[in-house]
Amino acid sequence: MTTEVSSETEVKEKAEESAAQLDQPEKATEETQEEVITEGEEKEKEEKEKEKEEKEKEGKEGKGISKFLPTWLKKPKSQAQEAPPSEEAISAGQQEGEGPVPEVNGHTEEVEEKETVKSEQVKETEAESHSNASADTEPAKEESAEKSPERSQETKEEQVEEKEGKEGGLRGGGGGVEGQTSIFQSPLRLVRKAKMKLVVCQVALLDGTDFTCEVEKRAKGQYLFFKVCEHLNLLEKDYFGLTYKDNHEQKCWLDPMKEIKRQIRSNNWQFSFNVKFYPPDPSLLSEDITRYLLCLQLREDVATGRLPCSFVTHALLGSYTLQAEFGDYDPDQPRPLDYINQLNIAPSQNREMEEKIFELHKSHRGMTPAQADTQFLENAKKLSMYGVDLHPAKDSEGVDLMLGVCANGLLVYKDRLRINRFAWPKILKISYKRNNFYIKIRPGETEQFESTVGFKLQNHRSAKKLWKVCVENHSFYRLNAPEPPTKARFLTLGSKFRYSGRTQAQTRLASSLIDRPSPTFERTSSKRISRSVDGAPMISITDVERDTAENGREHRLDLHSDSKSFGASEVAPPQDHDKTQDEVLKHQASVSQLKRSFMEAPPASPPQSNQWEKRLTSSPATAVRFQQQQVINAPSAEAAAADCTSSDTKEPTKTADVEIEETIVVQEVSKATQPALVTVAVDSPAIPPAKQETREQEVKVQEEAVVPKEAATAKQESVSSESESEDEAEYHPNVSASTHMPEVKEEEEEEDKVEEDKMADENMSAPVVASLPVEITKAAEDVCKKEEESKREEGQGGVKRNAEKEMEVGRESEESTEEPMMTPEEVPNGVALAEDAVIGLVGHAEKQEPKMNGETLLVEPRPQVICCSEPPVVKTEMVTISDTFAAQKTEIATKEVPIVHTETKTITYEAAQLDGNGDGEPGVLMTAQTITSESLCTTTTTHITKTLKGGLSETRIEKRIVITGDCDIDHDQALAQAIKEAKEQHPDMSVTRVVVHKETELAEEED
Amino acid sequence: MASRIADFGRYTHAIVRGIPASLAKEALRSCPSEVDVVQARREHEKYQEILRTTFGLEVVELPADESLPDCVFVEDAAVVCGDTALITRPGAESRRGETKAMKEALEALNMNVVEMTDENATLDGGDVLFTGQEFFVGLSKRTNQRGAEILADVFKDYAVSTVPVQQGLHLKSFCSMGGPGLILVGSSEPAQKALKIMQQMSDHRYDKLVVPDDLAANCIYVNLPDKGHMLLHSTAEMFPESLKVLEQLKDYTLIAASNKEKTKVDGALTCCSVLINKKANM
Repeated sequence: MTTEVSSETEVKEKAEESAAQLDQPEKATEETQEEVITEGEEKEKEEKEKEKEEKEKEGKEGKGISKFLPTWLKKPKSQAQEAPPSEEAISAGQQEGEGPVPEVNGHTEEVEEKETVKSEQVKETEAESHSNASADTEPAKEESAEKSPERSQETKEEQVEEKEGKEGGLRGGGGGVEGQTSIFQSPLRLVRKAKMKLVVCQVALLDGTDFTCEVEKRAKGQYLFFKVCEHLNLLEKDYFGLTYKDNHEQKCWLDPMKEIKRQIRSNNWQFSFNVKFYPPDPSLLSEDITRYLLCLQLREDVATGRLPCSFVTHALLGSYTLQAEFGDYDPDQPRPLDYINQLNIAPSQNREMEEKIFELHKSHRGMTPAQADTQFLENAKKLSMYGVDLHPAKDSEGVDLMLGVCANGLLVYKDRLRINRFAWPKILKISYKRNNFYIKIRPGETEQFESTVGFKLQNHRSAKKLWKVCVENHSFYRLNAPEPPTKARFLTLGSKFRYSGRTQAQTRLASSLIDRPSPTFERTSSKRISRSVDGAPMISITDVERDTAENGREHRLDLHSDSKSFGASEVAPPQDHDKTQDEVLKHQASVSQLKRSFMEAPPASPPQSNQWEKRLTSSPATAVRFQQQQVINAPSAEAAAADCTSSDTKEPTKTADVEIEETIVVQEVSKATQPALVTVAVDSPAIPPAKQETREQEVKVQEEAVVPKEAATAKQESVSSESESEDEAEYHPNVSASTHMPEVKEEEEEEDKVEEDKMADENMSAPVVASLPVEITKAAEDVCKKEEESKREEGQGGVKRNAEKEMEVGRESEESTEEPMMTPEEVPNGVALAEDAVIGLVGHAEKQEPKMNGETLLVEPRPQVICCSEPPVVKTEMVTISDTFAAQKTEIATKEVPIVHTETKTITYEAAQLDGNGDGEPGVLMTAQTITSESLCTTTTTHITKTLKGGLSETRIEKRIVITGDCDIDHDQALAQAIKEAKEQHPDMSVTRVVVHKETELAEEED
Repeated sequence: MASRIADFGRYTHAIVRGIPASLAKEALRSCPSEVDVVQARREHEKYQEILRTTFGLEVVELPADESLPDCVFVEDAAVVCGDTALITRPGAESRRGETKAMKEALEALNMNVVEMTDENATLDGGDVLFTGQEFFVGLSKRTNQRGAEILADVFKDYAVSTVPVQQGLHLKSFCSMGGPGLILVGSSEPAQKALKIMQQMSDHRYDKLVVPDDLAANCIYVNLPDKGHMLLHSTAEMFPESLKVLEQLKDYTLIAASNKEKTKVDGALTCCSVLINKKANM
């Protein structure tokens, strides 16, 4: 962890804070990091809103995050840190269910919200406002406990301990490094310290009983879940989860990494324990108790009709249930009609079925309960709807459908009929935007282009829910290890949600290590009828502990990374709505043109003009860890009050998160152009508190990946102020480098121009390129200075990333994701774009270096700098991508091109190849040559120049490809093709820059 | 269910029906042709004989009905899986009467009989391909979505996927099961397309065996406990090239049955019987 922490050198906008934070993360355990993350998000949000106001504060307080916090908040925090709050507990107890009370994160947010006066939150705010005085103190204390590590270095350790104590229980299941012992103790500790208010949770278990336990009010889902698993003596818990009912009576999965309170959004602390991932082959489960619980779930599924089956199957399953619960058929005993009724075997249970059940029951004589369960599962797993999670949807024509998510992919049903199926390997990207859900399909053998299929869901909530389920299912069943959340997104709005738990592969491995005598457990019938087949229930604490220990670490790591994403994704700013809607409309018009990775992010504040999120993915085929890599982009903000997660307090925070993540990362390793930035970023120690989130994310990532590449690279992240919206999100399930193509998303694009500059490896200095870095540097500096022009039209963010981050990117998608950096109104040099929107990405990465040398690429994607400026009205979209390392990659380096929704967009992506190019001196022109070729709808102009520069001759080939066509053109494909061809033609050269200029006829889009 | 795959191809009973004289003139056909009823009956006799003696099935023969010229093609009248039989609603109006006798026969066998009563639904059994693990229902001139839905509702245990039939009368006019997890399919483009769709829609993996002639892909696979894999196929005289492909099947016993006359009225091998496995019903 420490290494990871240190490595994280993301400096978002405020470099000052970094120093303080650096120390903290190291000391802090993983747990703390998680918290940090969330806090960081909050902070960020706060920052956005209050940056202007609180700039002064920053100067005063050296502590990173604290700067951004309102003064009143700060004070209480500091107090709280040193003196354990006794008052808090009391007040907390009194104020029941009120969001604002003791919860650190929530509280701050709420307060802010009040100030900002957001209508949505009015309800809660009121309550909070009344208790303002108390709230301030209480929250402060709490915050101090949790956040302190980040904010104040001094108190870090203390805080950490506290945190561990509190959260240890939560994570204990996960088995944090230190947390194991503290797991069970934690609750006590909490009480002692009286820091948190305890809430009673009721969890409906699968056997029909309720489990009641107390958790602190701000406990995360994980805590409760582990408590339940502990109660159940369950080790193979990754298949399970907790559900709650949201305000719309919809069942939702409790996010383990998020605070419970924030998710349930009510005072109804009632949950149920359910199977989340149905093991395709239950016989591979290690323990009978796991199978038993799965049986219980399936019995319920069958009885409620959720898992449809025929009469015979009903009877067969029922007979196994009888055998498992009651043992052999006993002719002497009066027919157990009573309990067969209780068992509730089928939705339409009748006499005939019961007769059949008894008949079959007789044939199971001698079968042990475990065997009967196994038989039950063997039959149940073959049912076609086994493990299929159905979501109502409509197709583009409004026809009612059901979308089924399962281990193998996505199924489309019309009534009971399966009308389509998309296996995970066929799906390139999963995304949602407002109430639309999209999947991008890998082209078939004979097809040339990817296609996108869109569905309409009832509302945004359900679209997001479906998307999350997809992300989780894909991750669980298809990945070897969970993907880290996407951290570096350029102005990406949307959910960064990722599956945080263990994958099936991991859990199987863990299961194989389970070493305990199979635990005895009580079966349903014994509880109900007091006739015990198995014997008395036993729970061995030892086992549990061991379990936690085994599993815990991994869990934590994964969770951590995810946690960030969660927070970010939840809230969507209202501003985006309009845009999004328009987009949606367009989308509907032509589904195929859906979203690309680049999306516009609506400005967080009115003054700010449009910001786009853009993300570039260039993937080296380097993903070592993950077989399948995924990239998730979630853009768009939404003000929908309906959002389950976000609602009240969270919004501000979330917004902040979004900004951060989306901001771009500038990385430079040793590029002449960006020296200043580099130095700053290089050592993570100088991470500004404000950017905690980022750091945390990175940290998490690092942990997971355990990649030691941090060394020289520094990360800086500057966050441009934007609000995050959950409206949109993207997820790339399977990305193979070859397949990847840059994606440009435009709703309607007519022209794409791709310019590729190839430069000789050795001589990389191109004037244009050089200029870009400069700009970037400026941006970064600005960020560092924290001169945030909150009013900047486009958020500015300079983010430097460590190799680690990049690593993440690489893993996620083999395409390397590049994070853009937004510079307001700056236009990247060398880009002949319309001034409207210009995004320059400069990627500096180690990769580039290797390319330069002709070495094989590293696994990690290089950091890149992206500058974006967006003019108020733009009709064209330009994307410029220069990719140095692309050459190294066998396949196209950039898979996804940032997508700008604005009508006009320019994106420049440059590889940071320039060695010593910082000077930007033009060489001496030796020769120049222009070749033009035309085909159907493309015109290719090749311009070859040879220059002599510093004694090195540089051959530079510029290709200008104009693609004319209507919306049907798959731009990504076209761009990828162009890049590919270019590489093939000039294998000894590398692609340094790709400029995509898109002009869209439709100027319908807002902004 | 536990032994779905092992049971695939196991049958105990077969329902067949005689050939009415009206078949020659009145039976539906996709292209005009002269049918020799006598010859057709001779072929049908042989066919039944194979079911009875070679496959050891208990054959229930329903009497021909002159008012139902297509009644010999009993497959279209019912879909049987396990102990459940779905009485269809044939897509051709003139064939709706065929289900009555079929229903009675199935009830006599103690099957769990379900009738398709929805007047908006049509389904021909020839459009239903049961792989042992799931159903594919061809959406054809004779079978519509509603019919498929009802089938899905009746056989809840199984996934039911729809496959557009672009050419030929029925889904099984160009494909059939050649064994557990083995799909025999014709080489025509529509056939291949349909196969692709089926493969895409399925969670299961199927092997395919492509035969040059679409109609030759319609075979009857039977798995006998003592004899193993048996495949009833069209004669070499009809499809010499396709037979060569089928001969590649290892450990299979190939049995040829002439089906020349019946094919003139779009009758394939599977069309002429409904196979039932009573043992599976316990």
